[in-house]
Amino acid sequence: MANSVKIRMTGVNSRMRLSGWGRYPYVEASVLAPRDADSTAQILKNGEGPRMIPRGAGRSYGDSALAARVLSSRYLDDFISLDRRALTIRCGAGTTLAEILRVCVPQGLFLPVLSGTKTVTIGGAIAADIHGKNHHVDGSFCDHIERFTLLLPSGETAVCSPTENKEYFQATCGGMGLTGMILDATISLKKVPSAFISAQSIPAANLEESLALLRQHNDEQYVVAWVDCLAKASALGRGVIHLGSHSETGKLEHRSKRKLSVPFTTPGFLLNRYTMGGFNQLYYARHRFKKSVNSVYYDDYFFPLDSLKGWNRLYGSEGFLQYQFVLPDDAAESGLRETLETVSRSGKGSFLAVLKRFGPANANWLSFPSEGVTLTLDFKYEPDLLPLLDRLDEIVLAAGGRHYLAKDARMSAAVFRQGYPNWHQFKALKDRIDPAGTLGSLQSDRLGLTQAAMRSSQR
Amino acid sequence: MNILLIGAGSAIATAVARRYAAQHSSLFLIARNGSRLALQQQDLLVRGAARVGTRVLDLLNHEEYETAINAATEFFDEEDIDLVLICHGSLPDQEAAEQDFDLARREIDINGLSVISLLTRLTPYLKAQGRGMLAVVTSVAGDRGRQPNFVYGAAKALVSTYLQGLRGKLLPYGVDVLDIRPGLVDSPMTQQFDKGLLWSSPELVARQIEKAIRRKRHTVYVPGYWRLIMAVVRSIPEAVFKRLKF
Repeated sequence: MANSVKIRMTGVNSRMRLSGWGRYPYVEASVLAPRDADSTAQILKNGEGPRMIPRGAGRSYGDSALAARVLSSRYLDDFISLDRRALTIRCGAGTTLAEILRVCVPQGLFLPVLSGTKTVTIGGAIAADIHGKNHHVDGSFCDHIERFTLLLPSGETAVCSPTENKEYFQATCGGMGLTGMILDATISLKKVPSAFISAQSIPAANLEESLALLRQHNDEQYVVAWVDCLAKASALGRGVIHLGSHSETGKLEHRSKRKLSVPFTTPGFLLNRYTMGGFNQLYYARHRFKKSVNSVYYDDYFFPLDSLKGWNRLYGSEGFLQYQFVLPDDAAESGLRETLETVSRSGKGSFLAVLKRFGPANANWLSFPSEGVTLTLDFKYEPDLLPLLDRLDEIVLAAGGRHYLAKDARMSAAVFRQGYPNWHQFKALKDRIDPAGTLGSLQSDRLGLTQAAMRSSQR
Repeated sequence: MNILLIGAGSAIATAVARRYAAQHSSLFLIARNGSRLALQQQDLLVRGAARVGTRVLDLLNHEEYETAINAATEFFDEEDIDLVLICHGSLPDQEAAEQDFDLARREIDINGLSVISLLTRLTPYLKAQGRGMLAVVTSVAGDRGRQPNFVYGAAKALVSTYLQGLRGKLLPYGVDVLDIRPGLVDSPMTQQFDKGLLWSSPELVARQIEKAIRRKRHTVYVPGYWRLIMAVVRSIPEAVFKRLKF
């Protein structure tokens, strides 16, 4: 026992090959998984060794949770309290959306913002300031955070809210874990009458129609569009708009279902322009002629991909990249057209092309959503992919847009800075609260927010 | 269900307790770390547990067993205990334990004798109830003495063998005895190991434990494929096995 105690105290740990959800890039990293807040603080106070980055479920796609050492929140996953009158829940940073929903849904309570997967942790959701299908009416995840406890790089804790330690709050929401490790958070909940969603699907013949439908349904609660990004010419941007709202009828129940899983990496060549084109044809055809309303269990509605565990393995051993950006409304149509044409010409495309409208941005310094239209594409990694993405960066910046850091694995510092004008404010705070460079990721180095060399020269 | 959980702070116990809390069980938790217990109590209540009681106990301190178990039976008052689940354990440094008998004795105490002591005290209680289940987390390490961890394995084998006998003894009383043998579980106890394909999460292990309890099994390997792996390991002739360092 003395041995295991010693291990816990010093944070000796296992080394493993780690990546983000996109499986590109990989690094060799040590994983530190402290059992409680105190031992997490000890690790930061101790301050020795290679630098670290907090890591939740590892569901960001690129390199934002990769460093020589990662500080895992997996054991900080206790619920602390549920206040049914104030409609808040407080839990450790490692608690996943799935666990919260499991507790809340049977009681008629629901999370105000949900990402496309329920496997993300609260810490990760705050660090990426995630958004859902309802951003245009409800804002992003951090707009519903009452407060959180932040462990600063010094090992000191600070309680942060929109009014208390406001600076830390605005830097940490969307700050990709660079300002410290979130220990726990208090989240506002909303009441729902049932666990079901009334869902409706409307086909759109081209980009113009897709965008018009998104605008037209801007006061519906959940709105998102799937786009066939392999369609060309007059069908460019054709898709299906999915609308949803909480159903008034239906049970409040928790259902657990058997998941299918992708047990091993499939050869990447199985996903090519023909198979994906075929998939997209079928998907569009399925929705083409019907304009139906269905009652769908919330889990199937919000997290369809979670039922295929390990779907990221479908992209082959090289992994894949997601590419998500937002364009302001006035430049959206021309910018999206140019993007889709460029992608369509390249012959590279994806199962998952998702279009949605965002409402106004919040005050957080590095939060991604801002008013306009966002498009998400995913691409199997191939050596000639990176130049295509560089070309898309130019289109996005020219249209006044920016990219989502939780999806990014390759953007340049210049592209980042143009998209996020608050970057210098963020960096100034970062330098002040973390002068020794204790926290940093592969991404933060690339984006010029930290310097990999700084720490190694100090040791 | 009324559940007494000993070694409640372990990763497997934590995951099992959460499953039963969601089913509105009443739980009494015994563990070494008091501050951890307080957090766990809150967690289980939010997850839906009907009632949660706690008691701090260092299992190396045998004199305190009696009062801890009394606290548990008082907590459940007149109601039957449906399940006693003993989960505690410690993974010793094998090399050190081979060279230092005091350390070896301590490890055998915590992984072996403490369990026998608890079972001795709990058995009369369950016999009197005339129902319920005693479930103990042992290990696949008890199936054969392997060079890297035979101190731990010997202590776990001690418990497994004891449980086999006890199972028969308690049969006329309607009390079930379950021996749970996990394989490699990714938990704080095993944090120093590099994890490969055969490692499973405490949550997966907990799901299978719950199923084994529901089905009143005798001996379960979790995950189930460890039954096959250990059958192969046991079948290796000793003349070969003694040369293996795994």
